[in-house]
Amino acid sequence: MPKDTGIGASTKRREDVRFLTGRGVYTDDLSLFGQAHAVMVRSTVAHGRIVSIDTSAVESMPGVLAVFTGEDFKDVGGNPAGWLINSRDGTPMREPKRPVLAHGKVRHVGDAYAAVIAESYAQAKDAAQVLSDATEIEELPAIVDMKAAAADASNRVHDEIPDNICFDWGWIEDNRAAVDAAMKAAPHVVTLELTNNRLVPNAMEPRASIGEYFPGTGDYKLTTTSQNPHLTRLLICAFVMGIPENKLQVVAPDVGGGFGSKIYHYGEEALVLAAAKRLGRPVRWTAERTESFLSDAHGRDHVTKIELGCTKEGDILAIRTETYANVGAYLSNFSTATPTFLHGTLMAGPYKVPHVYVNVKTVFTNTAPVDAYRGAGRPEATYSIERVVDKMCRELGLDPFEVRRRNLLTPDQFPYTTPVGLVYDTGNYQATLDKAVDLADVAGFEARRAESAKRGKLRGMGLSTWIEACGIAPSHLVGVLGARVGLYDAATVRVNATGTISVMTGAHSHGQGHETVFPQIVAEKLGIPASSVEIVHGDTAKIPFGMGSYGSRSLAVAGSAMDRAIDKIIAKGKKIAAHMLEAAEGDITFADGKFSVAGTDKAKTFGEIAFSAYVPHNYPLETLEPGLEETAFYDPANFTYPAGAYICEVEVDEGTGKVDVVAFTCADDFGNVMNPMIVEGQVHGGVGQGIGQAVLESTSYDENGQLLTGSYMDYAMPRADDVPFYTVDHSCSTPCTHNPLGVKGCGEAGAIGSPPAVVNAVIDALQRGGHSHVTHIDMPVSPNRVWQAMNA
Amino acid sequence: MHNFEFVKPSSIADAVAALAAEGAQPLSGGQTLLPTMKQRLAAPEVLVSLTGIPEMQGVCTGDGGLHIGGATPHAVVAREAASHYPALAALAGGIGDPAVRNRGTIGGSVANNDPAACYPAAVLASGVTVVTSTRKIAADDYFQGMFTTALEEGEFITSVIFRIPQAAAYVKFNQPASRFALTAVFVAKFADGVRVAVTGASNNGVFRWEEAEDALTADFSAGAIAGLTASAEDMISDLHGSAAYRANLVKVLTGRAVTAAR
Repeated sequence: MPKDTGIGASTKRREDVRFLTGRGVYTDDLSLFGQAHAVMVRSTVAHGRIVSIDTSAVESMPGVLAVFTGEDFKDVGGNPAGWLINSRDGTPMREPKRPVLAHGKVRHVGDAYAAVIAESYAQAKDAAQVLSDATEIEELPAIVDMKAAAADASNRVHDEIPDNICFDWGWIEDNRAAVDAAMKAAPHVVTLELTNNRLVPNAMEPRASIGEYFPGTGDYKLTTTSQNPHLTRLLICAFVMGIPENKLQVVAPDVGGGFGSKIYHYGEEALVLAAAKRLGRPVRWTAERTESFLSDAHGRDHVTKIELGCTKEGDILAIRTETYANVGAYLSNFSTATPTFLHGTLMAGPYKVPHVYVNVKTVFTNTAPVDAYRGAGRPEATYSIERVVDKMCRELGLDPFEVRRRNLLTPDQFPYTTPVGLVYDTGNYQATLDKAVDLADVAGFEARRAESAKRGKLRGMGLSTWIEACGIAPSHLVGVLGARVGLYDAATVRVNATGTISVMTGAHSHGQGHETVFPQIVAEKLGIPASSVEIVHGDTAKIPFGMGSYGSRSLAVAGSAMDRAIDKIIAKGKKIAAHMLEAAEGDITFADGKFSVAGTDKAKTFGEIAFSAYVPHNYPLETLEPGLEETAFYDPANFTYPAGAYICEVEVDEGTGKVDVVAFTCADDFGNVMNPMIVEGQVHGGVGQGIGQAVLESTSYDENGQLLTGSYMDYAMPRADDVPFYTVDHSCSTPCTHNPLGVKGCGEAGAIGSPPAVVNAVIDALQRGGHSHVTHIDMPVSPNRVWQAMNA
Repeated sequence: MHNFEFVKPSSIADAVAALAAEGAQPLSGGQTLLPTMKQRLAAPEVLVSLTGIPEMQGVCTGDGGLHIGGATPHAVVAREAASHYPALAALAGGIGDPAVRNRGTIGGSVANNDPAACYPAAVLASGVTVVTSTRKIAADDYFQGMFTTALEEGEFITSVIFRIPQAAAYVKFNQPASRFALTAVFVAKFADGVRVAVTGASNNGVFRWEEAEDALTADFSAGAIAGLTASAEDMISDLHGSAAYRANLVKVLTGRAVTAAR
């Protein structure tokens, strides 16, 4: 029976009441007394040397209060990359300074090199246009194509980096010779060259920041659209501006979606703080949608050659990849981790493949920075593997379901050490595959195909069996891998005197539903109603610490910290109960919201214990502090490894090339599920984004570095009628073995597993439809591309 | 957006007078002009709204066919033309989304002559009469290339008179992002012949595919154009479709429109 409260209940999202009735409070909703408005002045060319900026042209314009240029920030620090990656030869990556405002050179269209602060937004906008016209930039040839950039030492995004390569990474370099030998010895080798298309994140709420400075105390406050306010504070304080951490409060109020793009610190956040200090007034900035397209960190953008060595029967013997990964003009905070340790480490997939080697070259170009976007590296790995496995099946005439069964790891093999450095703790990949086959009615496909054919449509079916590593991450491991931070999380559970509870969590909810799910766990563990529990997040002044929400980590890491803090509350409660009930602490049990003396009917409710902690009239004060509040930091022992099997069916219109995704089935293993409705919603959203990447979304720069897809007129986002009704199942669950909740994380899965299922289905439809020469089409499989492929 | 003056006349004569002012520009549903102004790419000094003029509103039958006021929103056409000219009503009901259809007007769309707009295909295929503030213009003389029409400065469309065909259909293939027509075809069968108008495909804006018209006039069936090839010359080539792809769509969609024609 489904539960109606606590862990496992499909509790409706309490935050939706405010979101759906327009009562959310987002950064741009705040209006502060005396506020001034900032407008950024952005480069209209992809690459150029700043010759002069005539600020006098705007200083006397109506309402203008201040003008900032790169010159104002040249002596402060830069926004760093969070991970230090070494090249194959052991040399550290090239890490150019990323200034608050571009100085000396502009490096992509949209690169902000100045900012105007004025009394009103319109005045700032007017002045920004005038300042743009009063700027002389000597245009340089744009570097757009990654391989050309790497081959041409004469044209440099950063003058000090001759070949535009950030690093040339091998994983695992010591295994390279063995992998090469295995590939050479393999009876059959499948080769596939593919592109993982660049995506624009397109959060519904654009980025926005408000800076405040309080001269009386020297304190700063930044209200901003962030997925992790503590990390933003750390970056601003320790790297960019040198403000003491205890003098900067960072608040991320309601945030309207992030998908990765709001993990990172951006220059506008430092700008509004500096401007607030100079003017002694709050300074606000909100991106226009065009600015979001031009200056948010984009996602993906890999060009990969993958080779797979196998037997004629379809046993995978070796996988070798060579990838060019675009990092854009500057290193965004996670940009060096995404194509490496969130990508290369997954290249064995869910398979027992003995030899794997991954080479990634990251390249600077005159395009917007590229960083983690829902899935971050794992969609790229999964797409490469699942496409090449599909191609292997076609080349060898093998059934793609049987080939997966042949190669999938089996439950008895866990814990399993992969050849790319991870230890999968648990899973049952056969079970999810069998479940997907059943739910998708694979047996009935031929009948459906015949029915589609009657309507003149080519029908195809595609499969993807995927795994990912999330719940990031064990600090000791990521430290070895180059991370410059730990990736634990923290929670404080504060029991108030009247028994209500406030949980301060380091996770940040920007749509995920933490305010509903976290109380479900607290309620279950403490035997109290979930309505007595409030979640506090997104404010460095209220939260002990936190690394934020991304990498499907909120529940697995921050939720585990909360779980540990609750355990501490229960342990202290037992001490208090033992005193009040005049029993030994060891005889106290806690269940259903009551502290009882084992074997007796003597008990105190949780509320009575809480009250006693704050009104300690009958309390062991000599040995126990009053109050009932506990903090825990939790550092995971391993990544978590959600996995699953996705089956997609498409119809292709032969006349137009249009692909319709007509059925999509997901069988996922997320470990224990706290709220099935929210998990299903997360899968729906993730698969929707995956279908968007596979069928619709294309980010295109022309040879001059101009973004051709800079608005919704040309950038196709998935809409409701672009996706089918999903069949979603998470019953094949193997709980995570190393976190207290047994959870694995579900936020990114849909976006990771779905793109190859869609493309495999399209190739299947075309092959079955007589277009046997079509073995690959790059994403997005747009009507134009599919038609061109059919008619090539 | 820059500042501007706004006037809303209640008669065609007053609108004509208002548009004589320096820097004045007519505003109908504003579905193109307002976004352009918001992006600061246009800065008219005076906007003369055409939506407050009763005689420019609504759908009725009259001399020469179906009269549609120039300021009639798409949603009204979708509703009120349905019993008279189903293919036209269906076209209107497929433009943009409900917000667009409740603001955007037929006169605005036809005056703007966006190469990917839907209405120009219906206007050209139906052989309409475009009635303006000063004269009447036949559809074949009206369209003069993308974003270019026979309208003079200060002249605006007061109504459009559609001949009602024996059978017609509009088949649109959406550009995936904007959902404007990547290519769309309006086929209309009249007693005196078939007209085929194509939008979205050509660098010259909406055009008639005369070869197909001849074939379909002789034999109104999808098979009648099987041997034809639409020329890719002068077709638009962009991110969403090559010229050859659009030429293919012209033929495929024409066939489908013939099959769908009612």
